[in-house]
Amino acid sequence: MANKNLMSVDNSFEIAQLLTKKEPRRSEWAIEKILSFAGIFSILIIALIFVFLFKEAVLFFKTASPLDLIGKWQYDEYEGKTVFKIMWQAVSEVPKYSLIPLMLGSFLVAIPGTIIASFFGIGSAIYLSEIAPVRIRETLKPTLELLAGIPSVVVGFFMLAVAATLIQNIFHTKFRLNAFVGAIGVSLCTFPIIVTLVEDALRAVPKELRDASYALGATKWQTIFGAVIPAAVSGISAAILLGFGRALGETMIVVMATGNAAVVTGNIFSSVRTMTANIAAELGSVDHGSEHYYALFLVGAVLFTLTFFINLISEIILNRMRQKLRM
Amino acid sequence: MRNFMKKIFIGISIFTLIISNVVYASENITVKGSDTIVILGQRWAEHYMEKNPDVSIQVTGGGSGTGIAALINGTTDIANSSRAIKTSEVDKAKQAGYYPEEFKVALDSLAVVVNKANPINELTLKQLMGIYTGRVNNWSELGGENKPILRYCRESNSGTYVFFKEHVLKNQDYAADCQTMPGTSAVNNAVSKDAGGVGYGGAAYFLNEKNIKIISVKKDEKSEAVNPVKPDGKLDYEAAWTHRYPIARYLYMYTGFKPKGKTKAYIDWILSPDGQKVVEEVGYIPLQGSV
Repeated sequence: MANKNLMSVDNSFEIAQLLTKKEPRRSEWAIEKILSFAGIFSILIIALIFVFLFKEAVLFFKTASPLDLIGKWQYDEYEGKTVFKIMWQAVSEVPKYSLIPLMLGSFLVAIPGTIIASFFGIGSAIYLSEIAPVRIRETLKPTLELLAGIPSVVVGFFMLAVAATLIQNIFHTKFRLNAFVGAIGVSLCTFPIIVTLVEDALRAVPKELRDASYALGATKWQTIFGAVIPAAVSGISAAILLGFGRALGETMIVVMATGNAAVVTGNIFSSVRTMTANIAAELGSVDHGSEHYYALFLVGAVLFTLTFFINLISEIILNRMRQKLRM
Repeated sequence: MRNFMKKIFIGISIFTLIISNVVYASENITVKGSDTIVILGQRWAEHYMEKNPDVSIQVTGGGSGTGIAALINGTTDIANSSRAIKTSEVDKAKQAGYYPEEFKVALDSLAVVVNKANPINELTLKQLMGIYTGRVNNWSELGGENKPILRYCRESNSGTYVFFKEHVLKNQDYAADCQTMPGTSAVNNAVSKDAGGVGYGGAAYFLNEKNIKIISVKKDEKSEAVNPVKPDGKLDYEAAWTHRYPIARYLYMYTGFKPKGKTKAYIDWILSPDGQKVVEEVGYIPLQGSV
């Protein structure tokens, strides 16, 4: 008996010894450092991209003036006078680097694309989180998420080959490939993002809120629209903003489906050239160090700044929501 | 011990074999540039490698500008181009230490195409300029149907884009609503679908297309309308050689220096009747006097 006791004392001593052993601590320290390095590394990469992009973009102003980003005065022989030309025509006697047609193009695709994706995205998220029976949700949600896995080149090809003709036959548009066709393609890509984020936001709404609403005699619909959605509104708006950022940055679909004509227009059925498509189409062939090369980096810098701030704002909104719901 | 020596000996001999293979394989020729010439370039390479198994040739596209940029950056031995090199590019090459040598390797008639349903059969260069600079916007202004004109052109890295801009637009800007297509086949596809479409590209691409019509081009009002294709459906070589057809162009190859060794042998073969026969097979126009 006494012997046994002694054994256990001996054992506990060993455990204590194990806990104070130096080596495991050292490896823990190493793992900790590796993990924190991985975290910091992504910030470092973003910072490096930022620096590189802006360093190249600024060089554009070495040879060009800031006014060139809006338009350029040029003598037009046909009209017999000097006209202010707002166009992107980089390979030309007098190269023109107006960002206006490109930005208009980007917004003309991204805004309708986000609106379409939000409409369907928020609708399906409400269905998934509030209405759908568990079994349906279990099959529907992974299927929606599969949509995010479709390579954008495949979506683009589908829009180009099939959907564009269909849309032209319905709306009788002048351009077969136009901003609207691009917007529908882009909405297919942003839709899964919006569904996932909105569903998360709706599920984060505490059950007590729903119960309180029901206790007051509200119906299911009154609860959804009167209590759950208002509580999740910041999460929903963050989801829409993140989807918008994704839509602005989408490249392959718009290259294939928008016709790539740099028109200054507000017509959604016009062919447009987005910032992303412009970079994709021209960067491969431009000589390094030319004005055109720096102009493309400037377009990239503008795009990066836009999406960066959109993402930043939505992150801030999401953080606020999380804090509010924790209270 | 003996066994061990044997192993080392075998190891060394295998190693040298691999090394010699690497050296051997590094004697290949890379060709990069114009998408217009990429099929022709690949066919040339295939024929040449069949006859000379010790040479390996890699041909890639990307556009004339891309090819010349690669030549200047030293990443290709030969640049294919469907336009002549620009003086700015020659300057840049000299700064980088290269002295580009030019070889005219074939001719190509640039065809202007419309949809089969379009009644227009001929246009002057001036009318084409009006269409592509955006001053003419409806086919009825040119004697056709009342249909808006849909302009298709190429990306700015394409030699065809630059050639058309210089020779038809007289260096003016393209209309902003020109839809840029990534290749001649995309232009072909778009014009065959759009009844009001107009496009341009190497004539050979459009020869057997059912929904597309190659129109005749007039130098000016008074001169005759010339079609790049003869009534029997074959390319009109004579019209391109004599420049009776106003938008025929040479296709070029550029090397960084005066070519020597394998590269020289390859270019010499391309310019020989054997190489020019391939030009005809692919659908371009061989150099005058070679056939």
